[in-house]
Amino acid sequence: MRVLPCGDAGLLVEVASLEEVLAAYAAFVERPPAGVTEIVPAARTVLLRVDPGTDLAPVAAAVRATTPRPGARPDAGHVEVAVRYDGADLAEVGELTGLGERGVVEAHTSQEWTVAFCGFAPGFGYLVGEDDRLHVPRREDPRTRVPAGALGLAGEFTGVYPRESPGGWQLIGHALDPVWDLRRTPPAVLTAGVRVRFREAR
Amino acid sequence: MKSLEVLETGPLATVQDLGRPGQAALGVGRSGAADAASLRLGNRLLRNDDDSAGIEVTYGGLAVRAHGDLLVALTGARCPATVAGRCVGSNSPVLLPDGAELRLGAPATGLRTYLTVRGGVDVAPVLGSRSTDVLAGLGPEVLAPGSELPVGPCPRRQPTVDLAPVPDPPSGEVQLRVVRGPRADWFTDEAFDRLTAAPYEVTNESDRVGMRLRGAALERVRSEELPSEGMVPGALQVPPTGQPTLFLVDHPVTGGYPVLGVVVTTDLGRAAQVRPGQTIHFKEMR
Repeated sequence: MRVLPCGDAGLLVEVASLEEVLAAYAAFVERPPAGVTEIVPAARTVLLRVDPGTDLAPVAAAVRATTPRPGARPDAGHVEVAVRYDGADLAEVGELTGLGERGVVEAHTSQEWTVAFCGFAPGFGYLVGEDDRLHVPRREDPRTRVPAGALGLAGEFTGVYPRESPGGWQLIGHALDPVWDLRRTPPAVLTAGVRVRFREAR
Repeated sequence: MKSLEVLETGPLATVQDLGRPGQAALGVGRSGAADAASLRLGNRLLRNDDDSAGIEVTYGGLAVRAHGDLLVALTGARCPATVAGRCVGSNSPVLLPDGAELRLGAPATGLRTYLTVRGGVDVAPVLGSRSTDVLAGLGPEVLAPGSELPVGPCPRRQPTVDLAPVPDPPSGEVQLRVVRGPRADWFTDEAFDRLTAAPYEVTNESDRVGMRLRGAALERVRSEELPSEGMVPGALQVPPTGQPTLFLVDHPVTGGYPVLGVVVTTDLGRAAQVRPGQTIHFKEMR
């Protein structure tokens, strides 16, 4: 675990893998170091933000004294997301992975995914699966317009675009229900720690 | 009910309060007034709560009409201002009688002016805040002619200060204090010295999300892709072009380019007042 400076109101904790991010995040959420106001997990890091004016040295010491909890996930519940697998890049992902279109659908629906972190846009969850069959690169040429609900793959992640935006993920389908709805509390379905099953809707 | 009717907006006018902290794990950034100290000053002059919402006006041009007698204040970048055609000053409570129009010209220095109103702008909060986050598309709509902004009930406390003596945002070169960022080691040894050696110009590609800067290129020693990581306001993120972007209040919650330096929190309001064409001299704070 490396503790990197991030201005006068933040520390960036770097670990070696996403698995370690989840372990460290679970430990920080359970027992936040004194003064920490915000915990932002990402792919290889957890950002800890404090109120401006807080002395960062004791926060850093508390971070170093934290024992990550391997295998731990903040218990955020389970959801099922109904998907129509009709994405524009489905055939290409089938080729890239060698699984074929039906194989991609099968691989996507047969594993449990966990929301590792949110970013990019409100309610955009980065989900990791249980194996690497669906690891594909981002599109070389990002789309300027990806519709809300589009289901994509990029690197080790899958995710659903909460609203229309530009985007470079390989699109394999679309979710039938919104993953971001301000009338709900919280408005995001896919928050860090939530476990997700994708179900094929025909 | 009292309200403010928007007649003209200038380049950009939004409702802002102190933002929605604590929700970054949902992918929701803090947002809020870009120059929070100026919004707070306006609220203090009117004896509002600190987190009451006001209007953030970018480069003047706002015109509003009062519905009901209102007490307002202008803080931040000083614009020539009139109420019913008569000049009024900044940093001072000003009476805006029922039916009267308040009109702002362009500021001589600085970029963002705050119009606060006694009782606060009382639009519906979204996720606990009345701030418009232009990147995330959260909060009240960007103001447009015809927007009707309800004004909340007046606080019991009476205003006690006639004028707050605060300096205007500077023209010309602005100094901002910066500390080494989390990814300083992704850059050459000279990069941070270069960042602080000569000034950077603020380009037109600047908004509440960030300010794109132009100056000496900041060279990296590591060229691989950085996995997305949490970002803070004040972060100087450097894309492969070597020209830094200074993140402001509506910055993305996570970003994928390395951060060479971070402007200290107390200087962020000053940063938000620097306009395109001005230069920034970064000074290392140890």
